[in-house]
Amino acid sequence: MRLLATASQTVGPYLHLGLTWNTTECIASSAIAGEHVTVQGRIVDGTGEPVVDALLEVWQANSFGKYAHPEDVQDMPLEPGFKGFGRIPTNDQGEFRFTTIKPGAVPGRDGIQAPHLLISIFMRGLLKRLVTRMYFPDDDRNGRDEVLESIPNDRRTTIIAKKLSNRELLWNVVLQGDSETVFFDC
Amino acid sequence: MNQLAGYKRLDPDGQPSYLEPRYRSTVNRAPKQPLVHLPHTLSEITGPMFDWSDVRRDAFDLTKQHVGEPIGERIIVSGQVRDEDGSPMPNTLVEIWQANAAGRYRHKVDNHDAPIDANFTGHGQTLTDAEGRYRFVTIKPGAYPWHNHPNAWRPAHIHFSIFGPSFCTRLVTQMYFPGDPLMPYDPMFCSVPNQEARNRLISTFDWETTIPDIAIAYRFDIILRGREKTPADSDLLAGETP
Repeated sequence: MRLLATASQTVGPYLHLGLTWNTTECIASSAIAGEHVTVQGRIVDGTGEPVVDALLEVWQANSFGKYAHPEDVQDMPLEPGFKGFGRIPTNDQGEFRFTTIKPGAVPGRDGIQAPHLLISIFMRGLLKRLVTRMYFPDDDRNGRDEVLESIPNDRRTTIIAKKLSNRELLWNVVLQGDSETVFFDC
Repeated sequence: MNQLAGYKRLDPDGQPSYLEPRYRSTVNRAPKQPLVHLPHTLSEITGPMFDWSDVRRDAFDLTKQHVGEPIGERIIVSGQVRDEDGSPMPNTLVEIWQANAAGRYRHKVDNHDAPIDANFTGHGQTLTDAEGRYRFVTIKPGAYPWHNHPNAWRPAHIHFSIFGPSFCTRLVTQMYFPGDPLMPYDPMFCSVPNQEARNRLISTFDWETTIPDIAIAYRFDIILRGREKTPADSDLLAGETP
């Protein structure tokens, strides 16, 4: 038996009404172990206009590379107060900003994956979410990551954040065009 | 770690495409490059977990969030969250939001000329129980115009957001009401190619969960993606074959 999966529909323009009660722009408080960073960026559409009604959701491991989830059975510490989930609406300039820690490397299907955030993006005009990842700059493990390696060379950089300073990263999301962000079939 | 089972890939016929020209906002927002296949690793198989420390116990009742009662037809909306294999999805966060009975959202960008109801905000949350069941008390939302095409009206609907047990199972959808004449004209509803999948977005009238003298009821079941078999499961199954 395989039941028919429920079809996706857009969040529409009034998403804030239902989803921002649970806004989480601080994914890791200062008490959480790891390299603390601020990630900021902007979402732009195919005409270059900022997307002012988008919502990002972030999912990540802690700095030990452990997910706060029962199926992660790695013998590594969990941290009380760290869920690994963020929910961030864009502002009236199409910008988002969140603070977190750089996750540890996590296991892939074949070896270790470079540290990354999983990102879902919702907005009016998207009948289903966009799925992408954000990787961290200047990390040697990016060169051996199976997911990054599966992406055409000229598009890989769209999902690696840029370093603004030691604690600030820039990662823009481009929905269409020459520098279109890599989105995944998840 | 290689033994972790991924999730079944969704049937494209049962889901909308990103680009749906009849829904104009998709034109500048749908990705144009081909999607890259993402394997289901530990990152995708895990996902955020919520519990009653995240959600208020009374947040399921949208009619009790203010001093007075909201105007409109009081309804119960309930259902069961399962996966494609029929397994119930317990303890998962379900969030809803909707217009009021007059078809107006309590949101700064809704400028539809219809009254705000001071006694209705229009959002609720709950967790499914051990059998994957959820229940909301609300009022029936009104239809409202939008500016997608001339004389465009959205059929009455309630927005649903569900997490499920993993990043893979995340779903946002809309629930419609049976018999609504606007559905065949709605580019969002019609964006689902498969007719059966489309019709599953329509709730059913449900005598069982009505409350006599208080509220009639609608049932809306939600099916999340099912799991692939792990290699170990397959070996086990092969071993059991006579």
